[in-house]
Amino acid sequence: MLDLTPEQQALREMVHSFAQDVVAPGAAERDKTGEFPLAIMKQMGELGLLGLPFSEDEGGTGGGYVSYAIAVEEITRACASTGITYAANLSLGISPIYLFGTKEQKAKYLPHLFQGDYLASFGLTEPEAGSDAGGTRTRARRTEGGWILNGSKCFITNASYAGVVTTTALTDPEKKTKGISAFLVEQGTPGFSVNTPYDKLGLSASNTTELVFEDAQIPEENLLGTKENVGFKQFLEVLDGGRISIGAMGVGLAQAALDAALKYAKERKQFGKTLSSFQAIQFKLADMATQVQLSRLAVWNAARLKDAHKPFSQAAAIGKLHASETAVKCALEAIQIHGGYGYMKDYPVERYLRDAKLLEIGEGTSEIQRLVIARSLGCA
Amino acid sequence: MNVVVCLKQTFDTEAKIVLDAQGKVDANGVNLIINPYDEYAIEEGIRLKEKFGGEVTVVSMGGAKVAEALRTALAMGADKAIAIQDPASYGSDEYVTAQVLAKALKEVPFDVILSGRIAIDDGSSQVAVRLAEQLGIPSVTSIMTLSVEGNKAVVTRDIDGGMETVEITLPAVLTAQKGLNEPRYPSVAGIMKAKKKEFKTFTLKDLGMDHGDAGFAGAKMKLDSISLPAPRQAGRVIQGEPVQAVSELVRVLMDEAKVI
Repeated sequence: MLDLTPEQQALREMVHSFAQDVVAPGAAERDKTGEFPLAIMKQMGELGLLGLPFSEDEGGTGGGYVSYAIAVEEITRACASTGITYAANLSLGISPIYLFGTKEQKAKYLPHLFQGDYLASFGLTEPEAGSDAGGTRTRARRTEGGWILNGSKCFITNASYAGVVTTTALTDPEKKTKGISAFLVEQGTPGFSVNTPYDKLGLSASNTTELVFEDAQIPEENLLGTKENVGFKQFLEVLDGGRISIGAMGVGLAQAALDAALKYAKERKQFGKTLSSFQAIQFKLADMATQVQLSRLAVWNAARLKDAHKPFSQAAAIGKLHASETAVKCALEAIQIHGGYGYMKDYPVERYLRDAKLLEIGEGTSEIQRLVIARSLGCA
Repeated sequence: MNVVVCLKQTFDTEAKIVLDAQGKVDANGVNLIINPYDEYAIEEGIRLKEKFGGEVTVVSMGGAKVAEALRTALAMGADKAIAIQDPASYGSDEYVTAQVLAKALKEVPFDVILSGRIAIDDGSSQVAVRLAEQLGIPSVTSIMTLSVEGNKAVVTRDIDGGMETVEITLPAVLTAQKGLNEPRYPSVAGIMKAKKKEFKTFTLKDLGMDHGDAGFAGAKMKLDSISLPAPRQAGRVIQGEPVQAVSELVRVLMDEAKVI
């Protein structure tokens, strides 16, 4: 494995202990009840994990993206619902403000976000605009001293607990994707409401919402950044960073599946021998370990490039694609190794499968990742 | 209030102990941690500092990776670290270790020295109290609570079947029992700051000691051999009707196991 710096190593140990002691014990229960891990997010704020990848100049903790990928992996390994809550809060919620916010916008929100006083959220997907963001219908009309927003967003993570939601809307419909702008919509804005209508396959304790804008009044100063019609470019950049964290979630879930399968294979006896003494099972475990390691390296590679301010879009897409598909495959193999028990909710592996599937869909489906990679190869 | 915390780097509690060809404990591939009882000592030291001001210095004699343990203590909130790292220290017993620590603390101001009540590897519980003797100060072991006022400390210590309350004049050595506190996780900021904190590394020579004073050469206690516990035998299921099975069980316990 690539060498980590002493700080990254220390961080890994800290997050691992925190995740196993504090996050893991309630994971199965949260999966059942759907209880949002709000207390855990507050604790993560106290530990400085909510500012992890962001620079110290902006009030973050300056750990960089490799450290962040490590944290997302370890949290997800303990509980994927908590993992996505954390990853979406940072990559999608905080990042747009951190990357494009004005001085005033950063000063207003970032300290609270790093502290965990409230979460942040990112409203991009719409009923008619999933992979095709060009289909955005939400409309922002200029008024005196601001904008009026109308439209709706779907599948938005964390918005019930978000103090501020970055939302994309058409400011100049004629220009299509070049007419999209991003706005900072605060909780409690008149005409803005958050609903939770979804019943999901997995990630039950993650907060997935629908945003509705009915003549929502957005003040002048809440245009993200200083320029109109640059929303499309902004969110592409946000999504690139987000892919690293979804990749890291894939690594964490795949590792969790391997951990569970290995433990079970060493304990469970059939024909008078442990499962782990059968070559058929050994090969499954070896293949899982190989794919977990490759996924981790691919994700860390993208994180390293980002930390070095080098182009990382292709690397992030490769990492996300491989790690999310590995998570699904490893969860399936872990169930297979558990046999009939793996199909039961008494063991965690069926949850891993339900949780892992989202990773092949969220923040760009596997098909979109392949398109991004193909384009980076020069395919037209 | 200045606090010194003596800590030891030990095997992870989940580590599998294996002996190598020479009959020594094989440390290869074993994850090393701060002795869990020493974590309580670190936490208590940091709490004293937060309450009264001053500095916490963590000190450890150990192998090549001892710096990692000390850095973790710095990340938790300790201010300075002293590592005593010398291949010649390998094989030191409790007597030697206490002497080395006393020399390393010569220039360090302290009101309280904290340590864990026992190290989970060799389990001797001797180094801290021997250090107190070396320094000519009192010691209380296995403390569950600590309150400091002026140059006095009141502690309760865990004794067989109860608790004992002791008042002690500082400076003193106190060893921590499980339950003294809940050690904190290092924060991200703590981890980032740890590398900027003062970190001194001494060899035995730096402390004015000869190689003959430490390690196997200086130890009063010679380690003869190490052996692993005998592996547990497989259990046996006695078949048959309850009446016959019970008679058979009684016969086996009397004649074969010879426990009744």
